[in-house]
Amino acid sequence: MSTRDLVCSAVALVVAGCAAGARISDSTRMGTPNLGRPATQAEIATWDISVGPDGVGLPPGGGTAAKGAAVYEQKCQACHGAKGAGQPNDRLVGGQGTLASKTPVRTVGSYWPYATTVFDYVRRAMPYIQPQSLSNDDVYALTAYLLYLNGIIREQDEINAQTLPKVAMPNRDNFIVVYPRRAP
Amino acid sequence: MDGARRGFLKRSIAFLAAQGLISGRAKDADAAEPLEVPTWMKSPGAGFNDYGVPAKYESKVTRTFGRSQPGTTGSGAIRTPLEALEGAITPSGLHFERSHSGVPDIDPSKHRLLIHGMVKRPLIFTVDALLRYPMVSRVHFIECAGNSQLLYQPAPPNLTVGQTHGLVSCSEWTGVPLRLLLGEAGVDPAAPWILAEGADAAAMSRSVPMAKAMDDAILALFQNGERLRPENGYPVRLFLPGWEGNMSVKWLRRIKVVSAPVMTKDETSRYTDLQGDGKSLMFTYPMEVKSLITRPSHGMTVPGPGVYQISGIAWSGEGAIRRVEVTTDGGQSWDKATLDAPVLPRALTRFRLPWRWDGGAVVLKSRAVDDAGNVQPERAKFIAEHGNNAIFHCNAIQAWSVAPSGEVKHVYA
Repeated sequence: MSTRDLVCSAVALVVAGCAAGARISDSTRMGTPNLGRPATQAEIATWDISVGPDGVGLPPGGGTAAKGAAVYEQKCQACHGAKGAGQPNDRLVGGQGTLASKTPVRTVGSYWPYATTVFDYVRRAMPYIQPQSLSNDDVYALTAYLLYLNGIIREQDEINAQTLPKVAMPNRDNFIVVYPRRAP
Repeated sequence: MDGARRGFLKRSIAFLAAQGLISGRAKDADAAEPLEVPTWMKSPGAGFNDYGVPAKYESKVTRTFGRSQPGTTGSGAIRTPLEALEGAITPSGLHFERSHSGVPDIDPSKHRLLIHGMVKRPLIFTVDALLRYPMVSRVHFIECAGNSQLLYQPAPPNLTVGQTHGLVSCSEWTGVPLRLLLGEAGVDPAAPWILAEGADAAAMSRSVPMAKAMDDAILALFQNGERLRPENGYPVRLFLPGWEGNMSVKWLRRIKVVSAPVMTKDETSRYTDLQGDGKSLMFTYPMEVKSLITRPSHGMTVPGPGVYQISGIAWSGEGAIRRVEVTTDGGQSWDKATLDAPVLPRALTRFRLPWRWDGGAVVLKSRAVDDAGNVQPERAKFIAEHGNNAIFHCNAIQAWSVAPSGEVKHVYA
């Protein structure tokens, strides 16, 4: 083999190598692995516990503050105090009118912008030591109780999938959405 | 931050002194000490470990735990000892942790990821399936939105840089681009949001804009080359480069494609920023440009006049660090620090500056600028704009005073 042939072979190898490299990295041409299996509606229903502010995801059932008070005393009071007054853990009631002061008190009543969040969070994460253990009716009743204690609904008001998204939270209009962020 | 946590952290500074991280004055000289052949050269050393651990002499370099929510053990945060580390990568065992209901013990063979909502094909993935997907590796910091929150307090905290700012760490993260899986599920092109949910006992969940999900979001499976640590989301976590840490949902089990933000607890009652006028900022996603001098820093003692290297870290959730300026005279003059290469977007960047200390009282500060043009603000300006009531997204300049005794303290200056 002449020197010239050797050089040409080397160049050809480099070109082939580059082409092979390009082909390997261009995985989109091959498509993606498609290793997910289809999820059935029943499977999705078992896992989908999120509730939007429009009420999408709220289950059947309902409750009032009167029933919620009994559930609260049994399941919540040890951590959140009598009637949501707090201690040893977060205070859940009061604080309205304090947010612009030097000692703001952030509670469900003074700070939370959406009532649906109370249902969503209590159902998924509370009680802390037994999450996802309460019935939907109990979660509705607790939600009603917390809204009642904060002076947002009346004691006899039924909270359910239709009424909860309509509850107007006092601090709702005091949030400024900054995404996407303005250019500096 | 409440009084109980501050109290704990104040106590822990004494602990840190006991750890030996706060240097004493240098001994005058060791000139008279004879050089001997050390004992460890006179017999063979130890054998091999199946998993390496730090030198036993470094066993005091640990994270600082504040406290859990009363009655819980796993709701809280533990901080990276920034003052003890160098370079840009955080060792996985010293990475900060923030958990909302403890660290779940997840059997990877039983873990599933569900993608559903506004998609043509709802899909369920096993972890083994995810491990077969094309992956990317990226070096990125992750920072808790509540990092540095003590700077909102009226008085400077008597704490180390790690105790004050240690809710930031940096790793190489390896995983599957989320857009590949969203593509397979046939995501509705008009869907503007996803909901990400973890498999912890809080089922921690956040809404994420689709633009971020389709841009640089990763389903991370590996951290610094090994599978994720349990406390960092094993077996799979969402990773959103540059954005507040809690959005990178750990132990990811579900992604729901949705038409609007779900307004979960952690994007309404938490991780919103109460301003001085009572209004709150919502969806403040990127972590702002920030820098810290880690050496010397609070609790250390500069041994005496002489030449030192100031060392620190800088980062921005909105790009790469363009420059870091350091003042050693309380802000009268600023010098440009050297940046260790590579300077990567949304990653910790180590900066360095030589410093000759003449033994007088001085104030040291660093100020970072990112390549989007964002400039780290002075604390007085930051507080004037945002007030003292917020908890999250504090990126104010950190100042350290050096006394003639060499003692380094946190000051507002």
